[in-house]
Amino acid sequence: MDNIAIVGVAQTRYERRKKDKTYFDLVYEVTRDALNDAGMQIGDIDNVVTVSNDFLDGRTISSMAVGDAAGAHDKNISCVEGDGTFGAFYGAMRVLGGFKTSLIVAHSKGSEGDMKFITNGMFDPIYQRHLGLESISASALQANAYMDSYHISEEDIARVSVKNHGNAKHNPYAQLAMDLTIDDVISSRKIADPIKLLDCSPISDGAAAVIIADQAHGRKAKNKPIWIRGIAHCSDQYFLGDRDLADPAALRETARRAYAMAGIADPMKSIDVVELYDAFSYMEPLWLEGLGFSRPGRGMQLLKDGITTMNGALPVNPSGGVLSAHAVLVAGLARIVEAVLQLRGEAGDRQVHGAKTALAHGINGPCGQSHCVWILSNET
Amino acid sequence: MAQRVAIVGTGQTDHRSHRPDVSQREMIHEAVLRALADCRLSIGEIDAIVIGNMDHFESINYVDTWSVEGSGGVMKPIMKVTTGGTTGTSVAVAAYYHVASGLFDKVLAIGWEKNSESDTTAAIITCSDPIWDRFSYSGAIPSLATEASAYMKQYGATQEDAARVAVRDRNNALNNPHAHLRRPITVADVMSSPMLAYPIKLLDVCPRTDGACAVVFAAANIARKMCPRPAWIKACSVRHTYTWFGDSTDYTSGLVSLKRAAQEAFQTAGIRNPAEELDVAELYLPYTYAGLKWIEDLGFCGPGEGARFVADGHTDMNGKIPVNPSGGVISTNCIGATALLRVAEAAIQIMGKGGKRQVPDVRQALATGFGGCFWSDVMILSAHRP
Amino acid sequence: MNSWENEVVPLTLKGQIAVPYTWWVGETGSRFLMALRDEGKILGNRCRRCGCTYVPPRKNCGRCFGDIEDWIELGRKGVVTAYTIIRYPFKLQPAVPPFAYAIIRLDGADVGLVHIIKKDVDKIHNGAKVRARFKEKSSRKGDIMDIECFEMQG
Repeated sequence: MDNIAIVGVAQTRYERRKKDKTYFDLVYEVTRDALNDAGMQIGDIDNVVTVSNDFLDGRTISSMAVGDAAGAHDKNISCVEGDGTFGAFYGAMRVLGGFKTSLIVAHSKGSEGDMKFITNGMFDPIYQRHLGLESISASALQANAYMDSYHISEEDIARVSVKNHGNAKHNPYAQLAMDLTIDDVISSRKIADPIKLLDCSPISDGAAAVIIADQAHGRKAKNKPIWIRGIAHCSDQYFLGDRDLADPAALRETARRAYAMAGIADPMKSIDVVELYDAFSYMEPLWLEGLGFSRPGRGMQLLKDGITTMNGALPVNPSGGVLSAHAVLVAGLARIVEAVLQLRGEAGDRQVHGAKTALAHGINGPCGQSHCVWILSNET
Repeated sequence: MAQRVAIVGTGQTDHRSHRPDVSQREMIHEAVLRALADCRLSIGEIDAIVIGNMDHFESINYVDTWSVEGSGGVMKPIMKVTTGGTTGTSVAVAAYYHVASGLFDKVLAIGWEKNSESDTTAAIITCSDPIWDRFSYSGAIPSLATEASAYMKQYGATQEDAARVAVRDRNNALNNPHAHLRRPITVADVMSSPMLAYPIKLLDVCPRTDGACAVVFAAANIARKMCPRPAWIKACSVRHTYTWFGDSTDYTSGLVSLKRAAQEAFQTAGIRNPAEELDVAELYLPYTYAGLKWIEDLGFCGPGEGARFVADGHTDMNGKIPVNPSGGVISTNCIGATALLRVAEAAIQIMGKGGKRQVPDVRQALATGFGGCFWSDVMILSAHRP
Repeated sequence: MNSWENEVVPLTLKGQIAVPYTWWVGETGSRFLMALRDEGKILGNRCRRCGCTYVPPRKNCGRCFGDIEDWIELGRKGVVTAYTIIRYPFKLQPAVPPFAYAIIRLDGADVGLVHIIKKDVDKIHNGAKVRARFKEKSSRKGDIMDIECFEMQG
């Protein structure tokens, strides 16, 4: 793979409800901020990929709402409907395939729709939708399958909420920075056993943008270019009963490809910081297993042993993760943004010192059916 | 260094107004199987998939992950690209970049729509900005009707001039076993069909169709082994120019997005006189007046000359630049597939697989996509590796 | 922030889009739903290549990618392989919380069917034996809720 780099990043503060801003405003804000971050003008961007979802926006052709705001006037443009990590993947392919720079921008306003109806739309209209399934109930099925298979306790996953909401205190963009105890999480309102309120991510409004450049433009960037070493994605089967929800096979395959591209044989040794998509607390240990950081069923041990805390050998979600801010579609792109900030040494109070290689992760579809992994490095 | 990319196989369903025998996913599977058969590949040999449709026409959220059993995406990379009517060409462009990037060698592009399952107008109205446009200016037909009447006023074109476009495309469809509408029509038929929104009548516009299309894109070294005459992608340009309908209403300047996309694509392909240098064009013409107006924007003829150009037979099957040998959008419109069908049909012409609709000796072909807020995509395919 | 922004009170516009849908179930799905409705039977089908028995039945196998030809009657009994007890209301739910969603491995099937359990939810556990309870024939409409719910056995 040719050398391509991320040269500009931006994200909004994530909030429950951005009353004064439309999607257009949010997209414009992060586009402008990402350009400033890169030291570029809009004319330096030769193509744009927007990321949006028609159900979330209540608009068919949701990309139509934001083309101008993303500076796409008279430019080549496309739209990926799916998590921002996938949109950025397409943006990266466009640079590898001939464009000099790609701007990728994702937006969502969870406050404007009903997330249960919107996620109910993910389920098969003939066999599953009338059951009233949506993302929470489906994820609870996965949590049950995972925790039951490996005898993982509710205290074990509560630790993830405590860590990540605590980490969010150092992230000025995060929505839910909180000082929690395991007991706070365990005694929070039961939503869908085993998931309780404080095991869930919030509903958020927000946007994020990333600028990817070819090698020549990467070297000229205002900030340290962050090189894309490995990128991959892969989808598992669709019907919830068709796969073992406790077995993240698609993530394993994705990670295998990304590590191979990046020349990584031992991820624990080579990766300094991880930003992964923890929409629910149980997802952090499950995805860490899929990423190869621990054996199946043993993901929780990494936190118990302190490895994935801010002071550990492999800090996970120093930003507070998706548990602390969840603008759907944006959240994966935000993991890339956070990874870039870490590798540039610009992560302020949440900085993992000396980080050279980072992993950013996003998911798409019900119960993490599809995964996307990015390996980034600040060294050529 | 970007890879050279070619189309090596295509597949499409037999397009119909209703397909009650298959679910959406099963219909996609049909097109995919046909594309794989066309280039003798198994699904295991496909490296990645790009799929597109217009969500509110089928009410499926996260179509990429939902589709995998039928699209072939189980344990593969699959992503969804969607841009309204231009979805099919956006999907083709995405598949192109998947291969051009060097990350994937054989990529499947899928476009589909099961229009019979929804209220198309209700669904398409939601593309308008809810605060500024939706109450006053919505649905596909009103904006096109405004464009058409502005054009008639500017250049004196008549409804009969436009009717000839439908007659041409619908007659061409008789040679295409996959086309949805396969009965010939006359200018008199068009003129006597019900008026929808002046000057657009029922037979001036495209139907609603259930259908799917799949196209296999391959990297250069593989393309040559897989296909005797691959269709090389020489250029692709996209201009999705407007956000609000009010911005797009200066009809005297032509279809701006098409002019700009065509200009960039022709420049990349080294084409100076499109009507002479192109051998066939599969144009996304959702209604007849586009067939007069947009060929001017493409530079086939000068401003105001479109009606004459068509009337003189230059766009007929034996004309200078045959347009829509497949029957075009006026004969088949399964929206998410429609623009991809233009690419597939252009590729079929280059590959020499057009059967009764084959134009002889095709070396260079044009495919366009249209949709959204007067957006345009342009792709140029060639028999010669760029 | 510009000074004029201080004086503006943001407005909202309430809207609802009504886009009705009628999905073609297809022949394979129709046969399954008709068997639920007319015979109170749960049918699956089996891929000859990999041997996987699917319920609901599929026209093609997602992994092997070929058509599936062989139909099997699965009976009404199965085992819970995953479940969750729902404690929040949502308009589309087919039961009043607390109720459970469960992934049920019917005897003879190789994949799980997602459905609901309404009674004794506090007793549900993975491995529990369950049985499908159908609605009265006169109430069945040819959809997945013709099975009213699954019930724990023993």
